[in-house]
Amino acid sequence: MLRNPCESKEKSLNQQIMNEAFFDKKDYKSLDRVDGRLKVTGAARYSAEYQLPGLVYAVLVESKIAKGTIKSIDSRAAERAPGVLAVISHVNAIKVPGYQTSNQHPSEPPVNGQPLRAFYDNNVYYNGQPIVAVVASTLEKAQFGASLVKIQYEKEQHKTDFDANMDNAVLPAQAKKNPKSPVADYNRGDKNAFVNAPVKIDAEYVLPTEVHNPMELQAITAYWEADDRLTLYDKVQGTQPTQQHFAKEWNLPPENVKVIATFVGGAFGNGLHNWPHETAAIIAAKQVKKPVKLVLTREQMFTMVGYRPYTWQKIQMGATKDGKLVAINHESVGQTSSYEEFTESTLQQTRMMYASPNVNTRYRILKLDVSTPIWMRGPGEATGAFALESAMDEMAFSLGMDPIEFRLMNYTDSDPDKQLPWSTKYLKECYDAGKEKIGWDKRKMQPGSVRSGEWLVGYGMGTGTFGANRGAAAVRAQLDADGNLLMQCAITDIGPGTGTAMVQIASNTTGISTDKIIFQLGNSQFPKAGNQGGSSTVNSVGPAVQAACNALKEQLKTMIASKGGSNAAFASAKKEDIVFVNGQVQIAGNDSAKVDIRTLFKQNNIQKMETTQESRPDENRNKYSMYAFSMHFAEVHVHPLTGQVCVKKVVCCGDAGTIISPKTAANQMIGGATGGIGMALTESAVIDHRFGRYVTKDFAEYHVPVHADVPHIEVFFVNKPDTLADPVGSKGLGEIAIIGVAPAIANAIFNATGKRIRELPITPDKLI
Amino acid sequence: MGDNHYSDQPENESFAESRRNFLKNTSLLTAIAVTPGVVAKAAENDLGEKIASAFDKVPLKMEINGVKQQLSVEPRVTLLDLLREQLNLTGTKKGCDYGQCGACTVHVNGQRVLSCLSLAVMHEGQKITTIEGLTKGDQLHPMQEAFIKHDGFQCGYCTPGQIMSAIACIREGHAENEADIREFMSGNICRCGAYPNIVDAITEVKNNGQKL
Repeated sequence: MLRNPCESKEKSLNQQIMNEAFFDKKDYKSLDRVDGRLKVTGAARYSAEYQLPGLVYAVLVESKIAKGTIKSIDSRAAERAPGVLAVISHVNAIKVPGYQTSNQHPSEPPVNGQPLRAFYDNNVYYNGQPIVAVVASTLEKAQFGASLVKIQYEKEQHKTDFDANMDNAVLPAQAKKNPKSPVADYNRGDKNAFVNAPVKIDAEYVLPTEVHNPMELQAITAYWEADDRLTLYDKVQGTQPTQQHFAKEWNLPPENVKVIATFVGGAFGNGLHNWPHETAAIIAAKQVKKPVKLVLTREQMFTMVGYRPYTWQKIQMGATKDGKLVAINHESVGQTSSYEEFTESTLQQTRMMYASPNVNTRYRILKLDVSTPIWMRGPGEATGAFALESAMDEMAFSLGMDPIEFRLMNYTDSDPDKQLPWSTKYLKECYDAGKEKIGWDKRKMQPGSVRSGEWLVGYGMGTGTFGANRGAAAVRAQLDADGNLLMQCAITDIGPGTGTAMVQIASNTTGISTDKIIFQLGNSQFPKAGNQGGSSTVNSVGPAVQAACNALKEQLKTMIASKGGSNAAFASAKKEDIVFVNGQVQIAGNDSAKVDIRTLFKQNNIQKMETTQESRPDENRNKYSMYAFSMHFAEVHVHPLTGQVCVKKVVCCGDAGTIISPKTAANQMIGGATGGIGMALTESAVIDHRFGRYVTKDFAEYHVPVHADVPHIEVFFVNKPDTLADPVGSKGLGEIAIIGVAPAIANAIFNATGKRIRELPITPDKLI
Repeated sequence: MGDNHYSDQPENESFAESRRNFLKNTSLLTAIAVTPGVVAKAAENDLGEKIASAFDKVPLKMEINGVKQQLSVEPRVTLLDLLREQLNLTGTKKGCDYGQCGACTVHVNGQRVLSCLSLAVMHEGQKITTIEGLTKGDQLHPMQEAFIKHDGFQCGYCTPGQIMSAIACIREGHAENEADIREFMSGNICRCGAYPNIVDAITEVKNNGQKL
């Protein structure tokens, strides 16, 4: 029988993450996902699963060249094929009003570029670009129709090879315009400090293109309910950002565009942008006057909805012999498309993570004939952390120091970049907890010193950090006479368990039991929310939930107190003391102050009490530097003959502020670690540069981690609130879950083998 | 797994009848399929509709989630697309359409099958169970309960496939220990990375020893 040689019989330790001993009594408790039942019964509906009357199907035909122009499109056979309703391309597509926005002379390229416009003109910018949509009455007929379309091209010489073209990298336009842009060149202290440092390392790191590849294929169902009213069931990370985008593109008032994304089957960043296939479906729906469903194929997921860009980095690090950092120079070049500039914060943590007096960073982008990248989980920070945390390990080894000690030696109690105090930072607590759990004392400084049978054993660690971002958000809360609470917000849930966390915040704020609270999301008609992205959801929507719950309490207090008598105590009660128990409003610690909600509503002649509250970031953002931190430890076994790497154990410690939903938070950490295993060991999208085309366009060629690749993962949270960041005390989790995992594994592989691999993924060929 | 579910089903009169019709129709289709030029030419000569009518007229009988269905499907329709697009059983998911991700896993005569790699007409007379067929009234299947308890998912998209596969994994005797579970569940990808929780859920159901 085939058997993964990495497997051990060790009992799973996953349960330990839920050990309530790590949480105080007053803390949030583990709750089963509020949408769990819908997800395990198949009742949860994703964007391609709405059966609208008259629904028809669109299938996209992609370009087969990487650069040039379309000479001709022969659509006759497709048009005659049974069931085909329309064959749409730039030749016959209706005009999209928002396409005609540029005031520039057409010969001048736009400054920051612009997203690819579906069916706009005959230019081909990359291999795999959507060129034609075939619309038919069934999926099979659309697929068959699409196979009959013949496209002739005028080919031009393309550039897709990053290494061959790296000399053409440029400063991003936004940095040219604004020297204070986060992607502009950065200098702190002495520019040339590295040259004279007593101990130096100087190394280059490469991260290949990685693709989000959520399990749900990107899907949209577009429906023009009237000539000026558009409804989209769309796989996106923000319903209102998508609403704004398409309102502008179709020159409609935003309220005429409705975006539904009740369930999103993973996204990891690829739903943070609106893409040409969405416009293609909207155009098609307009032309055939029917609702159109368009689902990308897995191949199209590699070229139509972004990816983590191929990135080259160079780090020069200097230290004193006793382990004080004196200089870090960090350079990065990231890939982007020829038509749109994409940038990310690859270098941000190098500026703030360690107390180096001298730091230079330099960020460039390289325009190639490829599609535009988009943030992928952990985004640039995960890419940057691979280089920075590998370099820290290399330096610690050069100095003969323990990697944790070396980091502690250069620990900083305030942000050296912004020159502000941290709102909170509990990274030392993460080091301590993680060291013990991974069994760090078993690690030997000298690589290759620990063995388990014929396998080489190594231990490694990596630190992660990501901004504790917060945006404005609003929540509508409605209390009925039975004491049920209904809340609504436009935010999406791409998997972390947003509804579950919000129900817990509402329950914690009001005392209403979680089974009497419903949180509805994923609809642009609900109150304000941005994208689910950048680890900002709990930090942004959580405070709005709290604010709405507190506003309900105020309304009730006023209503009750106005009646006077025994209820006058409510007038002076603190909102924290007001609780809802069994359909009653009570003041904690005051047994006589009790009001039945049903009776109260009846007396006041109301059915329901409702409020909508918005919560925004406050001025603390200017006074403190706000980051979440994480620490990842990995134990790997490497086979000296085959180069096979088995990740035996991962320990993740998060300083993410208050943990609202311990169960789903731990799961999110495990998921981040799993993504990190993919980054470190398997994931790479490869282009055949002769054709400028990906050759790894499915799960047989692009390897994401499967069950057999993922070991026991232990998760610990510091779980200390950061109320400067936001009132619920959360700092965000999604990104720090993956940032630092790949270098932890790479460092463990070095510890096992003595081989320092600076180009991901670390496949066996690099180790033998 | 294997091909035995094609032969272990008794062919009653009506099933045999429809199979003959199917074969009659397929002889034309096979001829077309092996000569793609013919198809293109036929389409150019406006013969498309005639081809389509041949495609359209394949009767198919199946039992889906305990309900006998008399269907009429194009032979090129996969079991997955039949479930999702024609029968509104959208619990079965499309994640790759190549049999590489497991999201489309259903049970055919009790065994796990990738419905995207399987044409609907290949399942004449067979019993299909999808995620929607696991619950008994309001009562969740023990595996569904365990997935909720152990939080064996995040976005939920791979979940129906994981659950269908997990049940089969235990029935096959491939859940004796965690190593086996990991090995025999590796055809079901979870990009959110809830694998360890899924393994815990399966282990618990296995240890409870209920007949699945």
